[in-house]
Amino acid sequence: MSLTLFNVVLAVFIAICFVGANAAYLVWCERKGAGLFQRRPGPMENGPWGLLQPPIDGLKLMTKQLLIPGGVDKAIFMVAPVLAMFPALISFVTIPFSNSIVAHPIDVGVLMIFAFAALGSMSLLVAGWGSRNKYSMISSVRAVSQTVAYEIPLMITTITIVMISGSLNLGDIVQSQLGGFWHWNIWPLQKQVGFNLLMPISFLILFVCSVAETNRAPFDLGEAESELVAGFHTEYSSMGFGLFFMGEYANIVIGACLTVILFLGGWSCPIGDLGFFPFTHNVGWFLLKIYLIIFVFIWIRWTFPRTTIYGLLNLSWKYLIPISLFNLLLTAGLLKVF
Amino acid sequence: MTEPISLQPDETFVLNVGPQHPATHGVLRVKMTMDGEYIYNAETVLGYIHRMHEKMAENRTYPQFMPNMGRLDYLSAMAFNHGYALVVERACGIEVPERAEYIRVITVELNRISSHLVWLGAYVLDLGGFTPLMYCFDDREQILDLLESVTGSRLTYCYFRFGGLYNDIDDDFISGTRAFIKRMRKELKMYAKLVTGNIILMRRLKDHGPVDQDMCQRYGATGPVARGSGINYDVRRNEPYSVYPEFDFEVPVYGECDSYARYLVRMDEMEQSLRIIEQALDKLPDGPVNPKKKPKLIKPPPGDYFAAVETARGNFGIRMVSDGSKNAYRLKLRSPTYSNMHLFDEACRGMLIADALAFMGSLDLVIPEMDR
Repeated sequence: MSLTLFNVVLAVFIAICFVGANAAYLVWCERKGAGLFQRRPGPMENGPWGLLQPPIDGLKLMTKQLLIPGGVDKAIFMVAPVLAMFPALISFVTIPFSNSIVAHPIDVGVLMIFAFAALGSMSLLVAGWGSRNKYSMISSVRAVSQTVAYEIPLMITTITIVMISGSLNLGDIVQSQLGGFWHWNIWPLQKQVGFNLLMPISFLILFVCSVAETNRAPFDLGEAESELVAGFHTEYSSMGFGLFFMGEYANIVIGACLTVILFLGGWSCPIGDLGFFPFTHNVGWFLLKIYLIIFVFIWIRWTFPRTTIYGLLNLSWKYLIPISLFNLLLTAGLLKVF
Repeated sequence: MTEPISLQPDETFVLNVGPQHPATHGVLRVKMTMDGEYIYNAETVLGYIHRMHEKMAENRTYPQFMPNMGRLDYLSAMAFNHGYALVVERACGIEVPERAEYIRVITVELNRISSHLVWLGAYVLDLGGFTPLMYCFDDREQILDLLESVTGSRLTYCYFRFGGLYNDIDDDFISGTRAFIKRMRKELKMYAKLVTGNIILMRRLKDHGPVDQDMCQRYGATGPVARGSGINYDVRRNEPYSVYPEFDFEVPVYGECDSYARYLVRMDEMEQSLRIIEQALDKLPDGPVNPKKKPKLIKPPPGDYFAAVETARGNFGIRMVSDGSKNAYRLKLRSPTYSNMHLFDEACRGMLIADALAFMGSLDLVIPEMDR
């Protein structure tokens, strides 16, 4: 019993370290990536290639005053940033980095990630509500409608995958895709489901939804800076803002992990298990895949202008949900036939 | 103490956009009465940077007032220089040497491109795309370097003199400008690929922000705003001044009356400005840039004078009343965005706030010019 508890604490600790390092250095990557797309070097002053920028930024944020504006709902106002960071941290516990590296495999891992993702979007609502600022208020209303609209296709697409692999355990979902890139769920050719042409489109739906779920551009309507100043975190300063910021990047990692696990074969090697070290199924492939996905996230953010809230909702309710529902039906039918 | 945001009885609330807001690009304040995200009514409030430029003109001699012109529209200062130089030259009957006229056209058109580049970058930034801003400022930097080499300043130019110019251009400027034209043509193609054809941008601009011809006429809108509504009016061609009649250029007009039409007008104008500069460089005559005989003290004969120029934002008119002394008796500035902006109140009713701010960006507002 005590050993299990120790294991859980250790797992959470490692997850926190991983998330913290990722959140800090993804900011650096984001800024370097922005520099790449904008013909400029990005941060260069602190350390070689600006590598010390994240800790210095963190220090700056921590030493600033945490300003609480008059008239806000203090408890809600303080709890919101924690709520942004905490669910993302917990979600990492169930993510399988490789066959053996998983903090705590849970049989309903997919369900748990969705539960905590929903809790994470609660933080936007709570922050906007508690800030007593009209911009924050509009922003949180937007955030809620956005989350509702995008969690549905996200879940339907995930159910499709769960039906194919027959398990809610993320590790099992990866196990069912082992043996080369042609076994990945993104391809229409599957042993179990015959020939389902909609699978690549499903992958796109999941990808778009994970961009929208993490409030990234071009779907960053919650913090649309040219309309709503800074949206839900307008009134936050110091680490209050810092936690929202870190939470965003942690959510990006979760989104990328989920995309990779559900569609791109998780930690599996793209050319099958050849047995010798660099080409075996291991954590390296998983990290490579998630960072590729994150690079695409960054690329999209610095290329496209922002959509509008009705454009966003139209996209979800008119296209993504019907297509993903149809794919669910099709997959169920094919599963029955084959 | 936690009070909810109090709603008025009709369930609308007032959203105070500005005077400090990322979308207003300056100290413009818009009091929006909102019904959810829909704008029920908008009221623009001006006066946050009123500096009494018109009154200053009455207390300064004519040459002393010239630097003020660069402080009105800081993005298109050269055209404002031109307007003021034009009205005083008309009043005093000063002849401008031909070389000076050509250089005036070159610098004004370069300034027009740099102004449109700032607009393009800032507009796409308003729409949420950050990257084009960097590209635009990179290109604008080339123009600023060129203009700095002849005028000595980078933003608030005071380059024009009555009858001529402060400084002649040199060979470096000419070769640099030619290189810039080549570069800018490539960049414009790149913008067309990166920004103009973007599906999100088109969805957000097409059929949004309607400004029809009737509204333009009622509010006196000019420049790209009017030309995006199908009004074929450009001061450079309709009431020619300087040496503009000698150049072959088109006035881009789009009849769609939406934000996208205004966007396209400005993109095409940059191309046309490049054409004008190219022709002006080819035809550039030799000679002095300042007239041989010019009155030592500028004292226009008593009378009422008017001159208008086409700035990057539209028709800029100056009415000058002289009583024969060394100060103007009255100087009335008619600046383009002051008229263009007042469209906003009427046109934005019923829009969503995101569309309204995209519409506001398409009007290309420069606040210090409205609030003189």
